[in-house]
Amino acid sequence: MLSWNDILILLPEIYLVAAVCVLLLMDVFIREEQRNATHWLAIAITAITGFLVVTGQPPQGLSAFGGMFVRDRVSEILSLFALISVLLVFVFSRPYLKDRKLWHGEFYVLTLFAVLGVMFLVSAGSLITIYLGLELLTLSSYALVAFNRDSRMSSEAAIKYFVLGALASGSLLYGMSMVYGATGTLDLAHLHATVAQTDMPNLLRFGLIFMIVGIAFKLGAAPFHMWLPDVYQGAPTATVTFVASASKLAAFGMAYRLLSAFGPGDLLHQWQLMLAILAVLSLVIGNLVAIVQTNIKRLLAYSTIAHMGYLLLGLVNASPSGYAAAMFYAISYALMSTVAFGVIMAMSRAGFECEEIDDFKGLNERSRWMAFLMMLAMFSLAGVPPLFGFFAKLLILKAAVDAGMMWLAIVAIVAAIVGLYYYLRVVKVMYFDKPVEGVEIKPQGDLPMRWMLSLNALALLALGLYWGPLFTWCQQAFAG
Amino acid sequence: MSAQLLQLICFYAFAAVAGISALMVITLRNSVHAVLSLVLTFFSVACIWLLAQAEFLAIALIVVYVGAVMVLFLFVVMMLDINLERMREGFIKFLPVGIVVAAVMLVEMLALIGVRAMHVMTMGPDPAAAAGMSNTAWLGQALYTRFLLPFEIAALILTVGLIAAVVLTLRHKPLTRRQNPGDQVRVSNRDRVRVVKMAAERPQESES
Repeated sequence: MLSWNDILILLPEIYLVAAVCVLLLMDVFIREEQRNATHWLAIAITAITGFLVVTGQPPQGLSAFGGMFVRDRVSEILSLFALISVLLVFVFSRPYLKDRKLWHGEFYVLTLFAVLGVMFLVSAGSLITIYLGLELLTLSSYALVAFNRDSRMSSEAAIKYFVLGALASGSLLYGMSMVYGATGTLDLAHLHATVAQTDMPNLLRFGLIFMIVGIAFKLGAAPFHMWLPDVYQGAPTATVTFVASASKLAAFGMAYRLLSAFGPGDLLHQWQLMLAILAVLSLVIGNLVAIVQTNIKRLLAYSTIAHMGYLLLGLVNASPSGYAAAMFYAISYALMSTVAFGVIMAMSRAGFECEEIDDFKGLNERSRWMAFLMMLAMFSLAGVPPLFGFFAKLLILKAAVDAGMMWLAIVAIVAAIVGLYYYLRVVKVMYFDKPVEGVEIKPQGDLPMRWMLSLNALALLALGLYWGPLFTWCQQAFAG
Repeated sequence: MSAQLLQLICFYAFAAVAGISALMVITLRNSVHAVLSLVLTFFSVACIWLLAQAEFLAIALIVVYVGAVMVLFLFVVMMLDINLERMREGFIKFLPVGIVVAAVMLVEMLALIGVRAMHVMTMGPDPAAAAGMSNTAWLGQALYTRFLLPFEIAALILTVGLIAAVVLTLRHKPLTRRQNPGDQVRVSNRDRVRVVKMAAERPQESES
């Protein structure tokens, strides 16, 4: 059954597994002072896997292991950007982890296992692969959230994440079992073909509802968002950067793979409506609650909830152009959040977490460049032209209007205007307020980190000006 | 009563026991009772699997979960309170619940043996029988061919669980006394024996 072709299709994943095992073993044998070797090897592994993902690609969709694994443009793009964001996480987090004595090789190993989970999840061709990919991703994430085990906040966040995550996985699995009961298949392509002819439509509908609960939890869409603020606040910022970037790409990939199997037909309209409700709740709750936050990590958590609302608007459209807009949005969100959390990590130092919005007061006087990078991230998250975030929002709104859901687009625009307020507050604090006496904030971090952070932030500007090629790429992914 | 009807009744009975005992796991306030209910849940699920001719899964569930994991759980829950007097008290106190669980299990087993003795095979298609293999052989073949990829991903998940457990619990406290085998092996005679140069002096007269 296992053919040479299967191995070729899975080459990036197989390489990653082998390389991570080597990394794990190597890290055991090196001394504390040589940890840089682990760091650079992890970065090299990520880069090589990304290279294999891009180059080893057959042009059209191919499946391996009897349809369990699908390698198409969607999986290629999502895997690539997940790997890019992991690369950014590695570069940004070294000084942060060093300062907190958390700089262990396991951080790299667990993050790479998590990104492997992302790659399986976005390339899943069967319900089993989706579930296992998700577990690989979330199990690594729980450990990464609890990584600072001497911190009470970190442990509390991890326990909350673990309990609620287990509940969501259970819900997803329960839904899958019902879908399997109604259709007798685990294969997503086969499910897509047979879903209309089931003689147990109610069972299928129940299964779909439970699966959507699982998806909404993983995205962090309201009303399944409770874990998000605590995890963002409590977890080490290095972990949050990963959870906010690569995990969101994975959640989009999972939502797309699962939901697109339930259409076209009666069920399509039902999940569209459910997602529309989730989207409105996320937009409203995320944007309104973010206004009153004083902790910037919590603020970004609520902003994530709002952004997942926009992403759901793209999925609601349920057409190739809608999926393309949602994928474009997920990518833009991943790249924006790495900048925002990167700046937070750059401003923190040993014994001082730059977490409160007040800590950013007068940043412009202390470090013009960091303030500028943060401003780029905030404007992009708010959706100010000509940054990346603006075009992502524009395409999402277009998708919502095309789907004939004008009211959704209006809600989204109002939410975006409300959202502008709290993003601008951060910018105002940085540029117009006087620095707090006694709080000496100075950008930390090493040279590679600063360069990479600048590059990442300027990419937001560059992709805002030349968003066409990336969007065309996204459109091609869903066209075939 | 036809064999098929009996099988159906058994299925619903097992399912009801599994459901009720699962509910009891989360509602009972006494944690030992909760663990015993969980044992009953697993056992009932294993009975359902046996009804469906999935012998290997049923036995694995009993051996691994009931036999190893749950007993470990029970020990942990009982050890949480290390007061020995209370533990002896507990042994008697928990005996009635244990007997109830054991009695339900016995009834389930007898019902199962009764149904299996009638050789009914009606719970859906049986791919193992269609392939002319035993259930275990068929499962093994499916795991290593069709389901190879999920099997391997599951192995990776276990690896991550192992790494995570070590990361979150392994501590090197400076005050704890422990052996360092690496240092022990690398030791040289210089570390063990120190030759000190000193002026010769007469031994003191011993006080006899």
